[in-house]
Amino acid sequence: MTIAQSAQRGEVSIRDLSKSFAINGRSINVLKSLNLDVKPGECLVIVGASGSGKTTLLRVLAGLEQADGGRVLIDGAPVRGVGAERAVIFQEPRLLPWLTVLGNVTFGLEVRGIARAEAEERARGYIRLVGLGDFADAYPRQLSGGMAQRVGIARALTVQPEILLLDEPLGALDAMTKITMQEELARIWHEENVTMVVVTHDLEEAVYLADRVLILPKEKGDTTRLIDVDLPRPRDRSEIRFVRHREALLREFGLH
Amino acid sequence: MSLQQIERPFFVGREPHRQKSVAGLVRQASEAAGSFLSRYGVLLGFLTLWQVASSLGWINAAVFPPLGTIVAALWDGLVDGALLDDIAISLQRSGTAFVAAVLVAIPLGLFMGQVRAVERALDPILQVFRQTSALALYPVFILLLGLGEASKVFVIFWATLFPLLLNTIGGVKEVDKKLIEMARVYGASRLTVFRRVVLPGAVPSIFVGLRLSATTALLLLIASEMIGANKGVGFQVMNAQYNFQIPLMFAAILLLAALGLIANFALVALQRRLCRWSEVIG
Repeated sequence: MTIAQSAQRGEVSIRDLSKSFAINGRSINVLKSLNLDVKPGECLVIVGASGSGKTTLLRVLAGLEQADGGRVLIDGAPVRGVGAERAVIFQEPRLLPWLTVLGNVTFGLEVRGIARAEAEERARGYIRLVGLGDFADAYPRQLSGGMAQRVGIARALTVQPEILLLDEPLGALDAMTKITMQEELARIWHEENVTMVVVTHDLEEAVYLADRVLILPKEKGDTTRLIDVDLPRPRDRSEIRFVRHREALLREFGLH
Repeated sequence: MSLQQIERPFFVGREPHRQKSVAGLVRQASEAAGSFLSRYGVLLGFLTLWQVASSLGWINAAVFPPLGTIVAALWDGLVDGALLDDIAISLQRSGTAFVAAVLVAIPLGLFMGQVRAVERALDPILQVFRQTSALALYPVFILLLGLGEASKVFVIFWATLFPLLLNTIGGVKEVDKKLIEMARVYGASRLTVFRRVVLPGAVPSIFVGLRLSATTALLLLIASEMIGANKGVGFQVMNAQYNFQIPLMFAAILLLAALGLIANFALVALQRRLCRWSEVIG
């Protein structure tokens, strides 16, 4: 027990996790007896074809959905609903349009009962961290898609979670913004020393961010696969090893 | 949209660093005049046409007196206090009914929008009530409440209640579920979600209801004052017509239009203050 307490927090353990959906009266297993450990401070990226259950898995980790079988443990404690040690970044920024950037970023802290002055001080730090220092008083409608998503990221970081869960966080952004934001995410992950679980359908993004990539099976017979991405950081997309990793992933999907 | 594009409209006409040259002033004035004309040109044209057509006898001046005569009648009515009494009693009737509708519809609508079972159970009867013309029910209200103030206020209340109630329910129901989920992720309680997400999200829709209700209040006010009243702006419209005081009749109509415009303007101004985050369409 002493060992567990002294260790860095933010460990995710998935045990025999199953989840199925009823679609048109037919039950479809999206997750079947999944077992996985995410180490504290690790960046795990989940990829898979659409319908493979990657978003479902993330929502179960977030406590927004319940699994049919199995358990999720965070630092040894079973997940029951949402929790303060986890924060979620969605595909959409999900900003409250009537609050300024500052108001949106302090939202999570205020909900948790932290005094406004302290909340604002912490929020301003994270607004600067995501490069929006000059926009603290702007309203969401005045922001571009990339800027709005940065606000969403700042809001999640401000509550200082042990685990960041990201559901296709850059999926709605244009290609150029996406690359910049991938670099920012990698930097933030490094600086904040947080466990990250990222769902994406962008294989290059997976290789850029991941310590390990989890590939969810597309069809019934396929198995879940885990791939190590042991490349030095910051990563260089044009480097030969990076390209090879990306090609290996493409092959997993029968695309190369 | 960038910040610059958003900010620009606020500076039109009062930009601080304008050249003070004569040419600059002339151009500024003509720009202002152009923008004024493009907005109010048709209205001014209509009023001018009325005045000219009536003065020159193109239309029957006994039915459509010249605007000048109408304005004079309005002025006389205001100065000798006759119309002021009518305005006071009319504002009292519609104001009481409107405030009562606000006090009932907004809390009830917020509650109904939140609790699905209640909304489901009450929606059919609401739809029936809403589709039943308040004017058709006026005789019923007169039977129940007599021909005095109570039935007048109640019929206005009844008619203003539904637009406000249905818009409030709609506003609550249409709040983005994804925002509610976001708040839940941060551990927000049901009450916090309501206070910080649902309520502010429903405000624009509530204002749509308020503006509809204000218009309806004036509409029903006139109708109710045309039956069994001896005071009020609506009574004055009917009374002036009976006595063939056509300028006074139009003066009362003009007054009603002005009341409607003022009510709408006040609500738009309030909405602008409360919803600085969204674009308010006046």
